[in-house]
Amino acid sequence: MIWLDTILQGVLLGGLYALFAAGLSLVFGIMRLVNLAHGDLLVMAAFLILVIVTMFGLNPFLAALVALPIMFAIGWSLQYFILNRTLGDDILPPLLVTFGLSIVIQNALLEGFSADSRRVPAGTLETMSLPLGPVTVGLMPLLTFLSAVAVIVALNQLFYRSELGRAFRATSDDAVTAGLMGVEPHRLFATATGIAMVVVTIAALYLGTRANFDPTIGPARLIYAFEAVIIGGLGSLWGTLLGGIIIGVAQTVGAAINPEWQILSGHLAFLLVLLIRPRGLFPRAVD
Amino acid sequence: MDAQGPPTRSWSIETRTKASRGFFIAVAFLVALGFLAPLFLARSTVQDLFFILTMLVLAQCWNLLAGYAGLVSVGQQVFVGFGAYAMFACVSLLGLDPISAIFLGGLGAALLSLPTGFFIFRLQGAYFAIGTWVVAEVVRLLLAQWRALGGGTGTSLPNSATRDMWATQFVSELFDMRPAQAMDVLTYWLALVVACLTTGFIYWLLRTRRGLGLAALRDNQEAARAVGVDAARLKWAVYICVSFVTGVCGALIYVQKARISPDAAFSVVDWTAYVIFIVVIGGIGTLEGPIVGVIVFFLLQNALAEYGSWYLLLLGAMGIIIMLFAPRGLWGLFTDRTGIQFFPVRRMLVRRDGHHSKVQGGPNG
Amino acid sequence: MPLLETRNLFARYGDFQALFGVDLVLEAGETIAVIGANGAGKSTLMRSISGVIPNKPESVRLDGEAIGGLSSARVVARGIAMVPEGRRLFPSLTVEENLLMGCYGRKVAGPWSLETVYALFPILRERRKQPGTALSGGQQQMVAIGRALMSNPRVLLCDEISLGLAPVVIRDIYAAFPSILGSGASIVIVEQDIGQAMKVADRVYCMMEGRVTLTGRPPDLSRQAIHEAYFGVHA
Repeated sequence: MIWLDTILQGVLLGGLYALFAAGLSLVFGIMRLVNLAHGDLLVMAAFLILVIVTMFGLNPFLAALVALPIMFAIGWSLQYFILNRTLGDDILPPLLVTFGLSIVIQNALLEGFSADSRRVPAGTLETMSLPLGPVTVGLMPLLTFLSAVAVIVALNQLFYRSELGRAFRATSDDAVTAGLMGVEPHRLFATATGIAMVVVTIAALYLGTRANFDPTIGPARLIYAFEAVIIGGLGSLWGTLLGGIIIGVAQTVGAAINPEWQILSGHLAFLLVLLIRPRGLFPRAVD
Repeated sequence: MDAQGPPTRSWSIETRTKASRGFFIAVAFLVALGFLAPLFLARSTVQDLFFILTMLVLAQCWNLLAGYAGLVSVGQQVFVGFGAYAMFACVSLLGLDPISAIFLGGLGAALLSLPTGFFIFRLQGAYFAIGTWVVAEVVRLLLAQWRALGGGTGTSLPNSATRDMWATQFVSELFDMRPAQAMDVLTYWLALVVACLTTGFIYWLLRTRRGLGLAALRDNQEAARAVGVDAARLKWAVYICVSFVTGVCGALIYVQKARISPDAAFSVVDWTAYVIFIVVIGGIGTLEGPIVGVIVFFLLQNALAEYGSWYLLLLGAMGIIIMLFAPRGLWGLFTDRTGIQFFPVRRMLVRRDGHHSKVQGGPNG
Repeated sequence: MPLLETRNLFARYGDFQALFGVDLVLEAGETIAVIGANGAGKSTLMRSISGVIPNKPESVRLDGEAIGGLSSARVVARGIAMVPEGRRLFPSLTVEENLLMGCYGRKVAGPWSLETVYALFPILRERRKQPGTALSGGQQQMVAIGRALMSNPRVLLCDEISLGLAPVVIRDIYAAFPSILGSGASIVIVEQDIGQAMKVADRVYCMMEGRVTLTGRPPDLSRQAIHEAYFGVHA
């Protein structure tokens, strides 16, 4: 029974990692851009929620709602004014610019908030749990997982059922021809990064309420997100959820054996998948 | 164009420029001066120079990987850390002399690059970058489990090992120094040798056929393959060489530090972020760039040391701005204005009478 | 005032100059054809008009408004739609999604909609759920034309629409032109097939090495004059 509990916790943790990863996956799918500052933007969003909660005494969920448009605007401007300049055949500029950004954000947060661990208070929600058959699950982990599923359903709807999503796919195929249809690729990319930051804000809500965070934890979150994306196969959002679950389960099972092995087992699970299925579990046919 | 006579006879291929000839004399002089420096410089200055030289080695290595082979790694700390740990293992566990253990540290890093390369070469482009980071994390977490070397908290080199280190005694007697100071001098000399050898090796590599192949790969992978450049083998070779040198450098750094912990030895900021900024600011894809970069980096660090995280913030911002607006770095700006190259790897078709023609090509062309 | 006009249009790719002062006029309701050998600058001309290659603002005018400096998205919003060379369907979109992309940047009421495009090319209705790239070359060309029509353009630019297609397929595609003209669009076609161009065009521009070397109504142009303008040699 303890194992069932461990695995269930891992699955729910995987939801959190899938939330980390969804934005990364979206941006890569549309403009082939890997944002090395993704984890730091996530931590930045968590601090933003924390600031709103403490300044206005809001409930964290309401605070996240307030943070959403702010993060959208930050993502939009970041893409429009900086990252768009790095797009092209050469992979160096986007990598190095986003790496620089990661260092800048991290140190700006350190300067502004110090290296202390913080947590967004979620009140009674933190401790609530409900019995689910033979095991009990915490309400927050369950909410996280359900949010991850909801985010992925919503992103899939956006991507495959809306005019904007159509434009995303068309521009990803062929930006010049999309321009002939009336798409301004640079604005469209800015919108995509804005949406990715909305997802990041949702992820940050759970990152901040479920555990302690400090300005330096971003890169590790980027790595979990990246592992989830690769395990799932580039461009498949449901694959990303599965990838997150695999990392999450590996971590909780590893931690159950020896607490020091938690992070390591997640990475080893990733390397194992990379060994067996280098293109991930659900690779896209054309890429 | 002279019409008479077969034109093939009157042309030859050269890479040397006038500036480069003068430059090599200056370099020889500087290196000689560098060797004598400990005789007239304060100990703290020698330590600063040691730091500069080791950063230069790391920067040259990363530049070869990213700037020439197109392998953008953000996980080079794995080889620094592993080389250092291998050296520690040789000294603390096997009782070897630290100086010979430095070489073994490099060897260990090169060996490590085989399995890590096996994984990360499955990833393309940007994902390669993050893959290197994952690998570095895995190795760090694994070594943190090694109790004999202090586990997660780390350990120090045994005092006897550093004191009895090869040639320390000799240096100490020769210059009438305390052993600790003699060790600084010795590690500094080693750093100077490694820096010269690394720069020289990369310079030589870029002037060979393989170097041309590398440049071709960077510019156009398909076309390079079509003319017979074996991309995979070339990238592997560069990756392993760089791992070795990075490992040697890591081991050397930690002989000097004499204390190691997983978090410090595998620090992405110290061994990769700084290095990337050095190369980007100086000029990626040139041999001069890392040299310029490391000097700028050192000056900035001294000027801004007391501002803590502001320093890194500024460095990151500088890196971004340079990448966006002057992607070839400070050295690129300089050569664009002056045309001067100290390490010319560009091939020029030169007429026998000495006039340079416009026909150019090569890694920087 | 002509509907579309280029005046002293220059274009270059890096160091390579592709157009040297091209003057071209399209009146409302007209079909003109641009002919010329490979590399004459025909496609560059189309790409310059549609905003893919930026130009001086006043070198391209639509209804007298200088549009040469606009991005392609703004050009299409003003009513110039392009059928690009090589069709350029979006491979990850279905036929219907490809068509719908056509009106992304210009949504105006007009004769063209999914329904009327399907009426023009009935085969596309059957194939609407398939990926655009699963279709035959001729059908793909129909999608590309339909996609451009979806924006209800005032000017339709067709770049080499018969390239690589069988004669019978080309005939089918050109059979749609009267309906397109009837809907109020004016057309510029780029053709390498001189015969085809002469059949559909009211006027012909012949280009060579980035310049217009001959222009006129098809009946007024002798074979020899075209030959000279096309190849630059006396036949």
